[in-house]
Amino acid sequence: MYNYKLSKNKILKPTDIRDPEYFHKVVDCQYACPAHTPVPEYIRLIAAERYTEAYMINWESNVFPGVLGRTCDRPCEPACRRGRISDEEEPVAICRLKRVAADNKSEVKHLMPQIPEQKNGKKIALIGGGPASLTVARDLAPLGYEIHLYDEWPAGGGMMRTQIPAFRLPIEVLDEEVNYILNMGVHTHFNHYVSSMREILEKDYDAVFVGTGAPRGRDLKLPGREEADANVHIGIEFLASVAFEHLEKVGKKVIVLGGGNTAMDCCRTSRRLGGEDVKVVVRSPFKDMKASPWEIEDAQREDIPILNNMPPKEFVIEDGKLKGVLFGKVRAEYDENGRRKLIPTGEPDEFIACDDVMIAIGQDNAFPWIERDLGIEFGKWDLPVLDKVSFQSTLPKVFFGGDAAFGPENVITAVAHGHQAAISIHLFCQGDDVMNRPAPMTNLVSQKMGIHEWIYDSPVVDDTRFQVPHEDKVISLKDRKIEVELGFDEALGFKEAQRCLNCDVQTVFTTSSCIECDACMDVCPTSCITFTTNGEEEDLRARLSAPAENLSQSLYVSEALPTTRVMIKDEDVCLHCGLCAERCPTSAWDMQKYLYNVTKAEKCYQ
Amino acid sequence: MSYIKPTFRHPTLPKNKIGFAKADYEGKISTLCAGCGHDSISASIVQACYEMAVEPHKLAKLSGIGCSSKTPTYFLDNSHGFNSVHGRMPSVTTGAYMANRDLIYLGVSGDGDTASIGMGQFVHAIRRNLNMVYIVMNNGCYGLTKGQDSATADYGSISKAGSKNMFQAIDLAGMALELGATFVGRSFSGDKSQLVPMIKAAISHPGFAFLDVISPCVTFNNNNGSTKSYDFVREHIEATAAIDYVPPKAQISVAYAEGQSAEVKLHDGSSIHLSKLAPHWNPSDRNSAVNRLQAAKTKGEVLTGLLYIDPESQDLHELQNTVGTPLNQMGESELCPGNEALDSINSSFR
Repeated sequence: MYNYKLSKNKILKPTDIRDPEYFHKVVDCQYACPAHTPVPEYIRLIAAERYTEAYMINWESNVFPGVLGRTCDRPCEPACRRGRISDEEEPVAICRLKRVAADNKSEVKHLMPQIPEQKNGKKIALIGGGPASLTVARDLAPLGYEIHLYDEWPAGGGMMRTQIPAFRLPIEVLDEEVNYILNMGVHTHFNHYVSSMREILEKDYDAVFVGTGAPRGRDLKLPGREEADANVHIGIEFLASVAFEHLEKVGKKVIVLGGGNTAMDCCRTSRRLGGEDVKVVVRSPFKDMKASPWEIEDAQREDIPILNNMPPKEFVIEDGKLKGVLFGKVRAEYDENGRRKLIPTGEPDEFIACDDVMIAIGQDNAFPWIERDLGIEFGKWDLPVLDKVSFQSTLPKVFFGGDAAFGPENVITAVAHGHQAAISIHLFCQGDDVMNRPAPMTNLVSQKMGIHEWIYDSPVVDDTRFQVPHEDKVISLKDRKIEVELGFDEALGFKEAQRCLNCDVQTVFTTSSCIECDACMDVCPTSCITFTTNGEEEDLRARLSAPAENLSQSLYVSEALPTTRVMIKDEDVCLHCGLCAERCPTSAWDMQKYLYNVTKAEKCYQ
Repeated sequence: MSYIKPTFRHPTLPKNKIGFAKADYEGKISTLCAGCGHDSISASIVQACYEMAVEPHKLAKLSGIGCSSKTPTYFLDNSHGFNSVHGRMPSVTTGAYMANRDLIYLGVSGDGDTASIGMGQFVHAIRRNLNMVYIVMNNGCYGLTKGQDSATADYGSISKAGSKNMFQAIDLAGMALELGATFVGRSFSGDKSQLVPMIKAAISHPGFAFLDVISPCVTFNNNNGSTKSYDFVREHIEATAAIDYVPPKAQISVAYAEGQSAEVKLHDGSSIHLSKLAPHWNPSDRNSAVNRLQAAKTKGEVLTGLLYIDPESQDLHELQNTVGTPLNQMGESELCPGNEALDSINSSFR
């Protein structure tokens, strides 16, 4: 007999694949998405030219596929497994594939949920018309709720309309997706700034949802600020004025202060409103900029230099008018904890002349309209005190979501909040405990089609990431409404879709069927599988076929095999190519598609 | 069915000391039955060559006919290869070896290719002590023709169809010992921890290194009653000693218990460490190996591990005192010096 030593202490327990989160975590993109959109599922549908179905999967999950396919912060992409299988590989262009589905879909109206004519007698107020509120409406209107939506602007969409420039998000795309929801019989109260929560609460609403975002752009109180006021703009206010066509021109020389995505939108918008010499100036090093790398690239492509390590000191005024900005020079030093300090270099200050300045250095929450004696408690940074799961405030009928809940995030996070708040509101209005929340829907189905055939496209292509084609710069800079990105066409979309590794097709192992022939271990291209004696995790991770150094990725551990060894699979760089299952003589390995859906309000009482 | 292996490999796997990744020693994706023991042996060859940093162009893989003899397609894609006639791998290897003594010769054969049609060639390759590794992927049946008993099927072993084998088995390892092979080992495809160091030692050995590797036929000979199934071999396996291959100049990190271990030095400076020795067995004593093999057979054990090694082995070129330069690197004038030279040789015998 084999004589394997078996450590008695702290050996790894067999993996419980019935835990819905185990395989969910393997689908890196879906796990990283705040709304947990089933990414590989819709990418396969795009490859199959089934754009409408791909769109609807997105719509169920993230409500604004056309918007997000252009503007999402895409937390899925840094998580994408493709990006770590070799040094040269980049993630699948998940975000832009979503746009392919939106661009090529056919009519979807008949696929939208039916709105019951007979209402359920409950009334909900949504304050703010952005992505969070619209998501709540999308989830509750089909259940018979009477929805009232209040917004200070003349149209719905919130920051998607006021802060995202039209050259990144055409107004028709936004209108289409906002209208799918407003057409669900939502009572809209536009051009209606809610100035008192008390007034809202005094009306007969059964619940109130606050999705008012983080509407206050930070100002920069430097010498000369007041005198220069006519030519100094707060970034998000500037973008909103442009969106609603209150502002159509800026000076030739523009300085944008700040290094986030709003700063990128401000500088690119300025280029289209007459700005010929537009500069972004950040106070810290280039690499610390908060803007997404692709937005920085897009700005640089439009001839916008980014100057770093230059904190502004003064708005320089001449003859009562802004003449430019004076900047200091610093370098960054980091202590052991990685905390940054900006140290003046001693070089002389630099004056940069300009006609206009945009301040895009961050934004804050602001609730001046919520009276503080209503029972809604506020905590740190003047943010409401909320339950992190239910989004319920200390006044039970009031719920928060989006940037209004925990501070500025992004659209996809606001959508995720909206779905969860809708569940809470539904439970609350039905008199249930808001913590009595439904489990996610999961489904695990074998992809076996024949002896060595799979339903999914298992071969792994070698293509590197495809670039989205852009409109000619000369044309796109002429008009702020001309979209810069042209999107993948169908052919390019197919090729990019084929790069997806299908991480939702799981390698499922059945210990009792395994004869320990090692075939899976031998064939695995990325050395993920090891048969070895069990042990402590740290020890095991070091002695697998390839060391499992990515601690954020799980080890899939089998029960003990007849030789007392265990099968251990490091999920980290598994290509989901299906070769282990193809070379398994007993089908101990099987490729099974795992579908994980966050349960929405509509399923609460089904 | 996938015919192409993805090109991606684990990004942190190291390169060996001559700068090759393990992938550089791989071959095409196998078309043998899923779960075939032969694939594990192929993987062990890949692992051994990668770890030993064999230069791929310095190795020739040769085979005959059969499932086993298909496997050279599945390993060492960057090496020389010759897929010869059924049972004729040893003579093709002999020719290649005579012409170029500088290559490593890795012969792969099966129980049919060796113990039946190729028996005549096999025994003479042993006698001549060709400097080669000769691996028999031994599954006890003719897998390629639907699983008839082969000459190495054990007496009484039951086939998938349910019939008992009524003939005595040829024990290839015992035979190699008898014929004076200078390196004899037996292993099991399902035990890479033993097989990989054995292949490395066999490559280092200057002379005929024979490895009889039991390799279950998962399609035709993995049933109850078969003596070459995964389950049967695992239940009856015994080893002469745990084997460890230590490359030249490497430090020995494992402490071996005294009296229970032995060290065999090889010509190239590497060595084999054997620990937990079987009683009454000495790796360099042919008689003790024969006895140990017989004793295991009587007890119904499958004896694996290194059985015998002759550290003083002299291969065919040394025995014949051939010139050091490979013959294929010589020009015509050196190889055929002409009538005058022939005359002077002839005259020297007068």
